[in-house]
Amino acid sequence: MSVSPDEYKKMGEKAVPKTKSAKNLAGAFFIGGTICTIGQAVLNFYMNAGLSTPSASTACSITLIGLSALLTGFGVYDKIAKFGGGGTLVPITGFANAVVSPAMEYKSEGFVLGLGVKIFTIAGPVIVYGVLASVVYGIIYYLMNI
Amino acid sequence: MEYLKAFVIGGALCAIGQIFIDKTKLTPARILVGFVVAGVALSALGFYEPFADFAGAGATVPLSGFGHLLAKGVRAAVNDYGVLGAFTGGISAAAGGITAAIVFAFAAALLFKPKDK
Repeated sequence: MSVSPDEYKKMGEKAVPKTKSAKNLAGAFFIGGTICTIGQAVLNFYMNAGLSTPSASTACSITLIGLSALLTGFGVYDKIAKFGGGGTLVPITGFANAVVSPAMEYKSEGFVLGLGVKIFTIAGPVIVYGVLASVVYGIIYYLMNI
Repeated sequence: MEYLKAFVIGGALCAIGQIFIDKTKLTPARILVGFVVAGVALSALGFYEPFADFAGAGATVPLSGFGHLLAKGVRAAVNDYGVLGAFTGGISAAAGGITAAIVFAFAAALLFKPKDK
């Protein structure tokens, strides 16, 4: 099979992103799965300690957020994120990382106008639209049950 | 077995996030918004609760689980307080996570210096 340099270039472009995205996908699956497995272990720990299911779930979230803040502080979370991608973004630890990173970065601009203002630069929309969606649902749910 | 379920289901949800990162131009903030709103919607439609019962932390640790938490909080608060609950239920249920993020982020900003990327 003879291939012109142009065709070869096109073939190369086709092949490269594919293997890259397969690798990204595997990384996200593995890292995300690992974080959720750690979450399950933390959850079981609090359940065994006698907490009710909702309390254990909240305590689990707080613990994971604390761990993520610690790893973000040491610069480790961002290193894991380099090959974890979506696996470090989607879990609640990614939400925590999105709050901690700007807090650290913008402290230099002051505690109120730097840290205070910019802390929710990335995570703010999550809270805004999550709460809006939940209020819409709450009103619909209320109307359906009158 | 529950660890395996948490690993596989949690990993799969993160892989979906990765597909959005690779195949679309969506920024991380938009993807996270998508997961939370999807979690609220799936919980409202009654799908997320049985899914969380099955997958455990695999369903609750990803941010769609945060959406489910908001929706569950609203549902319980509307049952108890009527329409007022639509306004109080969501953030009440998520209070621990949001407060923890603020407290630990503030502590990290005090303790650590930002690293060069």
